[in-house]
Amino acid sequence: MHPKILILKGVAFVLRYIFKRVLEMIPTLLIVSIIIFYFIHLIPGDPVRLVVGPDATSEEVSMIREEMGLNDPIFIQYMSYMQGILQGDLGKSLKTGLPVMEMFENRFKNSIYLTLFSIIWAFIIGIIIGTFSAVFKNKLPDNIGMLTAVSGISVPGFWLGLILIQFFSVQLGWLPTGGADSWKHFILPSIALGAGIMAMIARFTRSSLLETLGSDFIRTARAKGLREMIVIPKHALRNSMVSVVTITGLQFGFLLGGSVVVETVFSFPGMGRLLIDSIAFRDYPVIQALLLLFSIQFIVVNLIVDILYSFLNPKIRTISS
Amino acid sequence: MGVLKEEVINETTINKSQYSPIKEFWKNWKRQKVAFSASLFVLLLIIIAFVGPYITPYDPYEPNYNSILQGPSSSHLAGTDEYGRDIFSRLIYGTRISLSVSFISVFFGAVVGTILGLISGFFGGFLDRIIMRSSDVMFAFPDIILAIAIIAILGPGLVNVVIAIAVFTVPSFARLIRGATLEVKETVFVEAARSMGAKKTRIIYKHIFPETFSSLMVFFTMRIGTAILAAASLSFLGLGASPGTPDWGAMLTMGRDYLGTSSHVVIMPGIAIFLTVLAFNLVGDGLRDVLDPKTKNH
Amino acid sequence: MEDIILKVEQLQTDFQKDNQRIRILNGVSFHISKGEILGLVGESGCGKSLTSLSIMRLFKGTSGEISGGNIFFRDEDITKVTENQMRKIRGKQIAMIFQEPMTSLNPVMKIGEQLMEPIRIHLGYNNKRAKQHAVQMLTKVGIPRSNEIMNEFPHQLSGGMRQRVMIAIAMSCNPDVLIADEPTTALDVTIQAQILDLMRKLQKEENMSMLLITHDLGVVAEMCDRVVVMYAGRVVEEASVHDLFQSPLHPYTRGLIGSVPKIGQKKDRLESIAGRVPDPSNMPKGCKFAPRCSDATAECHEKEPSMLEVEKNRYCSCWLYDKGRSLISG
Repeated sequence: MHPKILILKGVAFVLRYIFKRVLEMIPTLLIVSIIIFYFIHLIPGDPVRLVVGPDATSEEVSMIREEMGLNDPIFIQYMSYMQGILQGDLGKSLKTGLPVMEMFENRFKNSIYLTLFSIIWAFIIGIIIGTFSAVFKNKLPDNIGMLTAVSGISVPGFWLGLILIQFFSVQLGWLPTGGADSWKHFILPSIALGAGIMAMIARFTRSSLLETLGSDFIRTARAKGLREMIVIPKHALRNSMVSVVTITGLQFGFLLGGSVVVETVFSFPGMGRLLIDSIAFRDYPVIQALLLLFSIQFIVVNLIVDILYSFLNPKIRTISS
Repeated sequence: MGVLKEEVINETTINKSQYSPIKEFWKNWKRQKVAFSASLFVLLLIIIAFVGPYITPYDPYEPNYNSILQGPSSSHLAGTDEYGRDIFSRLIYGTRISLSVSFISVFFGAVVGTILGLISGFFGGFLDRIIMRSSDVMFAFPDIILAIAIIAILGPGLVNVVIAIAVFTVPSFARLIRGATLEVKETVFVEAARSMGAKKTRIIYKHIFPETFSSLMVFFTMRIGTAILAAASLSFLGLGASPGTPDWGAMLTMGRDYLGTSSHVVIMPGIAIFLTVLAFNLVGDGLRDVLDPKTKNH
Repeated sequence: MEDIILKVEQLQTDFQKDNQRIRILNGVSFHISKGEILGLVGESGCGKSLTSLSIMRLFKGTSGEISGGNIFFRDEDITKVTENQMRKIRGKQIAMIFQEPMTSLNPVMKIGEQLMEPIRIHLGYNNKRAKQHAVQMLTKVGIPRSNEIMNEFPHQLSGGMRQRVMIAIAMSCNPDVLIADEPTTALDVTIQAQILDLMRKLQKEENMSMLLITHDLGVVAEMCDRVVVMYAGRVVEEASVHDLFQSPLHPYTRGLIGSVPKIGQKKDRLESIAGRVPDPSNMPKGCKFAPRCSDATAECHEKEPSMLEVEKNRYCSCWLYDKGRSLISG
């Protein structure tokens, strides 16, 4: 067959695969949305009171309640909420009266950047530390690397954030303590957020690489007369990458959870801090939309990891064609 | 073509007669120097958690407005907080809170998760699908966010923190034990027990559960560290222990405002959390190397 | 005298186990001449594979190291050269193929890339020329559709095909010596024969020397010119294939050959040598084979015999043939 046709066939297969996986995601998402919706209604307290304030009369309250559709059966409320979502309407914040969608815009962007920066540095540094540890197994670089890694897993992210603020912002005055106005604002939060993941990637890279380095094809590569500088990255690391990427993706939830805490420490205008603020105010529409968004993000990332996995693994890649 | 007979010396067969799992474990455990030291530290923490209230130099709740925000000194080993309370004494009280919150929550999460995992792995079919589907749904929420959502419903407080952590602990144990069960289920002795007509509950209890025990121990220890971090985070977010409680996370929140001037208020509880979690993680790593070497890469 | 291309002298290789140095190879000596196929045989665990790894110095990631002896490649002692110089020898002058074709190729790299690597670094070819050469090599080792195979991954090939690829990689830089460590053990019987034929053909064409490591005496009889028999990290006998099979000298060799069924001879069971290979960390005192030897005397358990030229070009280390003594038994 002509190579171009082969490539086209491959692309078609990949698209089909992605489509299938997206379809499979839908039931999970539906169940998740129902659960979130139901749970939000379990939160004690009356949302109407939050809107009208403590001085409103009971007539006013019941009027607003009718207006907000809160007297409808919960199923109807859910249906109309979902209908809204499909049209890009996530409701209005009880606290600010602004559409939730509008409140998300900048915050979502900020949080995505923060997450990306964190995962990028964590991935690079984690792989470097893990590789050094594996290559110098049981020697000094390994011991230092693994001590760093287990510390990174054990350190509370918010505490690390506070210490970083104290040192780099308060004492040295190099970096801002909070906000998200320039790239400088992202440095400290990214460090605090990425530390744990970096550590996990380092540990995983090490163990995965050690396993790979013991395999026969590495011996073959050395027997061909290749230098270690080629053997390690090209032959060993590339093989370990498949599982390292998977693990990194699986830690993404850890990152989303961590962002809530780290964003609070740095007064960072992102989705995580919005969640905490909204819970304090019982801003139901915002909480609901946020929880939904967090779980969608998480599910989507897992999907991307799955797809990436099949791309990195030629065994899966070629079975398709 | 002739092929020589190949013989392999099997060292493990030599001492089979005097083999004792506990002795064997102890022998290997002592060799894990780092994990061994960490386990001594954990032991010390447990002792502190029990006898803490009898050994604290000061009352952890008693304000002393004459000595506010003092740095570490010989009379106040870890300094004092904004009410003049002795931070060292509060840390000692906090040990009890941290350890009991994490232990109780992981314990309940592990019990429920293990039972679900055993059922799921052993019976398979419809039950398996229901359980795994539910855990998929729970996995759709990052741990801390699930905990925050639960606390949003139940309200803040340490008891609710325990519940929230227990809940997000369940699915991971269920998955772990399900996997282990599937593996054990196919082994010869379970097949044999089955063919001899042993009752299912008995097979699960007598044959499958003990085989999953070492993975369970390793994972349990690891999860304690996670739980301590989660509890501290929740307290820090104002969703856990109430502000006056000598809880490590709550102490950090309170101390935050004094970070610039009296950083020890933040540093001390942070170190307590860090060292405790570190110790549990190191013990977990060591246990994994000794008990469960095959899961090393997971 | 033919040109000797590789000469191993009194080679000692140690490994570390539980903070203890254990000598696995102890005084291994042999040589290979130009265009010769030398068989290295013995039970598994006798150190034959380790001998090949010692020649290539492939110890990275293990605790192994050469602690004594010399390995002359042409006139150069390659135990003394630097790692950098050694890398120029590996894959170019001495190449190696391994037992497990299923795992010896990198699963995430295309065959072409794996084959082109040594061609680029050792022969200095650019990509285009390296590719041409690689395709030629694949054709030479009898791979059909060699152009397409270049873009395929190892898991798309059968075991026999993979071993052909391994041979192509090893032969790609036209090495002087090819070390083949159990090249056919993992393959089906019919494929085994094809691979052996191929290796023999290529060896003849290139007048290459070959060290063939195997525990299969059938392969030795078919392929080799001379044979070195190893036991417990030592050479116990060396002879031409003809002499060895005709009249094995060492009791161990006799045991080995006795355990090979001969065509037309009906036997219910293979004769095997009683007992097992000694543990390297706990070697017997005298002759290492004495505990399993039916001819062993008290002396054999006390003192280790040395290598003797028993007949012309026939060497054996056994007290039975020491002329200073009168132990010869029937």
